[in-house]
Amino acid sequence: MSESRNAILGKLRAGRDAHPLTPPESDFAVLRNKRWEGAERLERIKRMMEAVHTEFLETTEADWPADIQAFLKAQGTRNLLFGPATEAGARLSAEWAAAGMEGGPELVPYADRVETFKERLFDGIDAGITTTLGAIADTGSLIVWPTPEEPRLMSLVPHMHLALLRADALYDTFWQAMTENRWADGMPTNALLISGPSKTADIEQTLAYGVHGPKRLVVVVIR
Amino acid sequence: MGETALKTNGINFAKASSAALQDQQLRGNFRRAMDGLMSKRAVQFADTAEWNGVRTLGASVRLRALSKLPELLEKLEANCTKNGIQVHWASTTDEANAIVLSIMQRVNAKLVVKGKSMVSEEMHLNAFLEKHGIESLESDLGEYIVQLDEAMPSHIIMPAIHMNTKQIAHLFKQKIKEAEYTEDVAQLTDLARRVLRKKFATADVGISGVNMAVAETGTLCLVENEGNGRMSTTVPPVHIAVMGLEKVVEKLEDVPPVISLLTRSATAQPITTYVNMISSPRKEGEKDGPNEIHLVILDNGRSAIYADEELRNTLRCIRCGACMNHCPVYTKVGGHAYQAPYPGPIGSILMPQVEGLETRGELPHACTMCNACVEICPVKIPIVEIMGRLRSEAVHPGDAVKGAGSHASKAEAMVWKGWSMTYASPLAYQFATALLAKLGNAAPASLPLLKEWTNVRSKPRFANRTLHALAREKGIPDV
Repeated sequence: MSESRNAILGKLRAGRDAHPLTPPESDFAVLRNKRWEGAERLERIKRMMEAVHTEFLETTEADWPADIQAFLKAQGTRNLLFGPATEAGARLSAEWAAAGMEGGPELVPYADRVETFKERLFDGIDAGITTTLGAIADTGSLIVWPTPEEPRLMSLVPHMHLALLRADALYDTFWQAMTENRWADGMPTNALLISGPSKTADIEQTLAYGVHGPKRLVVVVIR
Repeated sequence: MGETALKTNGINFAKASSAALQDQQLRGNFRRAMDGLMSKRAVQFADTAEWNGVRTLGASVRLRALSKLPELLEKLEANCTKNGIQVHWASTTDEANAIVLSIMQRVNAKLVVKGKSMVSEEMHLNAFLEKHGIESLESDLGEYIVQLDEAMPSHIIMPAIHMNTKQIAHLFKQKIKEAEYTEDVAQLTDLARRVLRKKFATADVGISGVNMAVAETGTLCLVENEGNGRMSTTVPPVHIAVMGLEKVVEKLEDVPPVISLLTRSATAQPITTYVNMISSPRKEGEKDGPNEIHLVILDNGRSAIYADEELRNTLRCIRCGACMNHCPVYTKVGGHAYQAPYPGPIGSILMPQVEGLETRGELPHACTMCNACVEICPVKIPIVEIMGRLRSEAVHPGDAVKGAGSHASKAEAMVWKGWSMTYASPLAYQFATALLAKLGNAAPASLPLLKEWTNVRSKPRFANRTLHALAREKGIPDV
């Protein structure tokens, strides 16, 4: 195996050194200059994401747990997978418990390793809720970094994904989000951009939603 | 090209494309799809200044990566290893298959779910694994359809583009136990969802390709719309990623422009539903994700391509497929005629370099040199120049490309020699044109050696007098 490694690298080095290549400068101005003013960012994010069937739920810092509960109740959602150890998760469970969960969805914590939880995750969960690190105006994308408290499959396996978005955590471009926050200094196990519910056009270019991942993506905008 | 004694392994573009041209259903399916893709892409790049800016940036990212390719691959290996990703190197597809198999056997894998990967097509990995008793299931809907149909992808982005809904409806009814016949796309999609979810939940290993690997951080980037890529790389306990060695980029900030060019060129989307960036297997305390990640870096002829200054540009490719969508040949004959994992213009320059000109020497001729692919290529690959170079390589013995000179024919060489001598000598030229003016119309409409040309073209009618003679009459002297 390392034989191949050395052979490959040796050939590449010889090939390159025989004909070195001077690349042109990379000018990122085309990305740096993409800017949207204040309210335009969220408007654009909504417009772009709605064009690919994302739903938006507008709420406030005070009301979001109750608003989500009412929304899911109206949808007939049986249960909601959440991360109990996050700040948002703690608040969600405290407020739902105080309000009473009668007739509404049950809260299911993602508390175990997937090995012991897989069956329930794939067959018994209607919706999952995660936080986000913000959203990107250029492409209409949510930034999601899964954590031990909010594992990777929460935003993938349940049929509906609810994503909490703070209305002030908005970026112009993907490039801006990663350079300003110095992602290159330490990438997480998994970093995601999510720009809508799962979709495909593999059958005669006809769009269909919910092929493998969530059928619905609901962005909960907290102002 | 006349008759040759080449070993073509049954690969015959001329024959396959002639057959495809007779298939009205197939041509309709491609025409509709390609027209739609071209017009939607044009909307994405309507802002010419932005297109020029991001394209120039994207090309510079790819060129910079190629300029430091060996160092970046070493850096990628070092950073992946530091992150807990195990890196393997394979000179050939056989070696890459063996690496994948040994990982499978160690974990006693019986079922593999796959995200879309063109390199795995290049490796013929499914057939290889099945030979070793491992079920390898494609999970991208298009790839799943093609696999059910026991066919090959006909497009690198939209594998089942050659089929229409009716054909897929029949296929599902025939091949999936619980299927009811329906031509409703949403229902067909939902059926695939139900079948494949069970497989994701129980698979032992997930396999994926890599759209870009970041040397700086040891990150594997995958773009997709369906979520099957995320499933394949998150649910099974082991994830194996296979990549061609050219897929590395230097910095994390190089990713956004390339992804933007890729998704807009490929499917006219500002971005895909998911951009999935993987930097490590499951860490202590994390509840899901694979416990092992393996990255297989495949050469398969790429280092030889890299050694040639001009051909090296083939390795800039980001596999968006826009060149096929805009190709007057591909859009007529479809992907299967190329009998290759990579069809269309990029396939016509890549396949001969990877597999050799003996079997693939026809492909650089599957081109009208119209330059449409070059104009839309998001990383400015001089496809047509390379096409010309490979045509020349095919008939001139040399060591730049495998099988160079294998299509050389003495008869053809003599014809060209005669042609160039005639055109280099005024006397010979005048004699030849005068001869054709006298006898051209009496010559037979075809000859055995010219059949391929004359079968589809009418014989020209020769003028009684040459242009030179007419000009002299008007008092214009010969030079």
